Amino acid sequence: MMLSLPVKLIGTAALVALLACVPMVADGYRLSLAISLLNYTVLATAWALFSGPTRYVSLATVAFFGIGVYTVAVLGEVLAWPLVLLIALGLGMFVALIVGLATLRLSGVYFVIFTFGLAELVRQLVTWFEVNITRTLGRYVFLDVTTDQIYWQLLGLTVLVFVAGILIRRSRLGLALRVIGDDETVARHIGINTTAAKVALFVLSASFMTLCGAIMAPRWSYIDPAIAFNPVTSFQVLIMALLGGVHRLYGPLLGVVPLTLLFEFLLANFPNHFSILIGIAFMLIVYAIPQGIAGLLEKLTKRKGAAS
Amino acid sequence: MFLEPLLTGITLGGMYALVAMGLTLQYGVARIMNLSYGEILVAAAFAVLWLFTAAGLNPLLGLAVVVPAAFIVSWLIYRILLLPLVRRAKTRDALEVDSILATFGLLFVVQGVMLVIFGGAYYSYSFLAIPVNVFGVTIAANRLLALAFAAVIGLALYLGLTRTRAGTALRAVAVDPVSAQLVAIDVRAAAAMAFALGGGLVAAGGVLVSMFLTFNANIGVVFTMKALIVVIMGGVGNMLGALVAGLILGLTETFVATWIDPGLTLAATYTIFLVILLVRPQGLFGRSGR
Repeated sequence: MMLSLPVKLIGTAALVALLACVPMVADGYRLSLAISLLNYTVLATAWALFSGPTRYVSLATVAFFGIGVYTVAVLGEVLAWPLVLLIALGLGMFVALIVGLATLRLSGVYFVIFTFGLAELVRQLVTWFEVNITRTLGRYVFLDVTTDQIYWQLLGLTVLVFVAGILIRRSRLGLALRVIGDDETVARHIGINTTAAKVALFVLSASFMTLCGAIMAPRWSYIDPAIAFNPVTSFQVLIMALLGGVHRLYGPLLGVVPLTLLFEFLLANFPNHFSILIGIAFMLIVYAIPQGIAGLLEKLTKRKGAAS
Repeated sequence: MFLEPLLTGITLGGMYALVAMGLTLQYGVARIMNLSYGEILVAAAFAVLWLFTAAGLNPLLGLAVVVPAAFIVSWLIYRILLLPLVRRAKTRDALEVDSILATFGLLFVVQGVMLVIFGGAYYSYSFLAIPVNVFGVTIAANRLLALAFAAVIGLALYLGLTRTRAGTALRAVAVDPVSAQLVAIDVRAAAAMAFALGGGLVAAGGVLVSMFLTFNANIGVVFTMKALIVVIMGGVGNMLGALVAGLILGLTETFVATWIDPGLTLAATYTIFLVILLVRPQGLFGRSGR
């Protein structure tokens, strides 16, 4: 089923236009559900953008997301919105660059360990900064950003993530990353600067997460470091991406839709047992479908193709 | 303001070293990167708290209950949860990724269970909180006792690993799991044993820490992280490295907390980690080449 490029482009444009109309028809609850769907789509796709091809598990999604959120909390009322987004982006990229340069020239374990505590580190630093220098822990955010605008911005960001994903896949960088994921020693031997490729992609992935956090920030009216850097967010994003499958660009999306709905249901009905339940769900995924839904679908279609 | 943080730092560092020794066994021998490691520490702390407050059991006697229990639980975790991953893994890297993911899930399950039972509040109990004078510095007796016990347990482990047949087998597996099979070492049994031993050590750490620190259901992650950093700093699989690195970390944290700001301890930890990564990623005592 190969469609020609113009058909694909028109189809995608129509889909995006259709999605852009959601705020006009949806009520408050549905719109907020749509916003969380888009939020997780951006985060999980951005996560898989880096961790999919390289197989480096990043546990620091919320570190970047939180940097975005907190930048808005601090600067949102002072500066113009585009400028705030730009500063958040710069901060996120800066942190990602440091983490990437320190760990990505070594083996994957160092990266995992570093990202494991990164959110906690940033949270403590922000707390320290707020307590000692600005003397305000916890901030109220009253911005002139409506829910509809948040939705539209997230939709735009979603489109950007997918466009970036497609472009990378077709570029030399994408090919280099796939070689790295298959065998890093081989990659180095055929002359790929593996560190540069990994760092570049990690920074790109982190910049989407940061922007996502910045756009989502006005959803909360009160923000403190514990809210902005909630470790459960990293975990949720990881589960969604893995359930969907990280080897295809559309993979994470297949995990985001069912799990966002499931988490919504669990949070409403079992708020106290939430972390136990998502932990179990996650382990089931790791044991039962390590390739994700996308991998499962591909296996099924391949088998069918072989039979006919 | 030097001797007091020095003593406190050595106590804290001793705990980090003990906990990291267990992790270096799990990662070095069993090749499992265990992100739920600190949760056993917290569970042991809560178990001893409960034994102490409900049954009036001395925490040091509690060690005799909690450590074997953690050993058995860890052994079961390895046999039931992790062995399927070991069998499935084609390469060592694949096992690493799988074990990271599986134990990350386990972390949330165990933490969730403890949150349901104990809530998010901080707990502590008062055991031997008698001031003792050491070199003109007043320090609580429970800290000194914890340090002494950590030293005894660490020394016993070190002697066990270097002087006994079983310990030598474990070290052989850490060096090369494939060649170890050639000299008739059951690698899977050794890995399960190392994983269980690690669980016992971290439980011992949990009991000792609970005697002088307040704890809650969420702090397991912090201990896991620090243990991981100590393991990397000391060199994976290196017991003496873990000891030295643990002491460095404990001392740095305490001095930063006393002289600069308690809010910056984690930043100090990470600064050390960053320097190690940039200068000596194989660890202070690790051999280069991996």
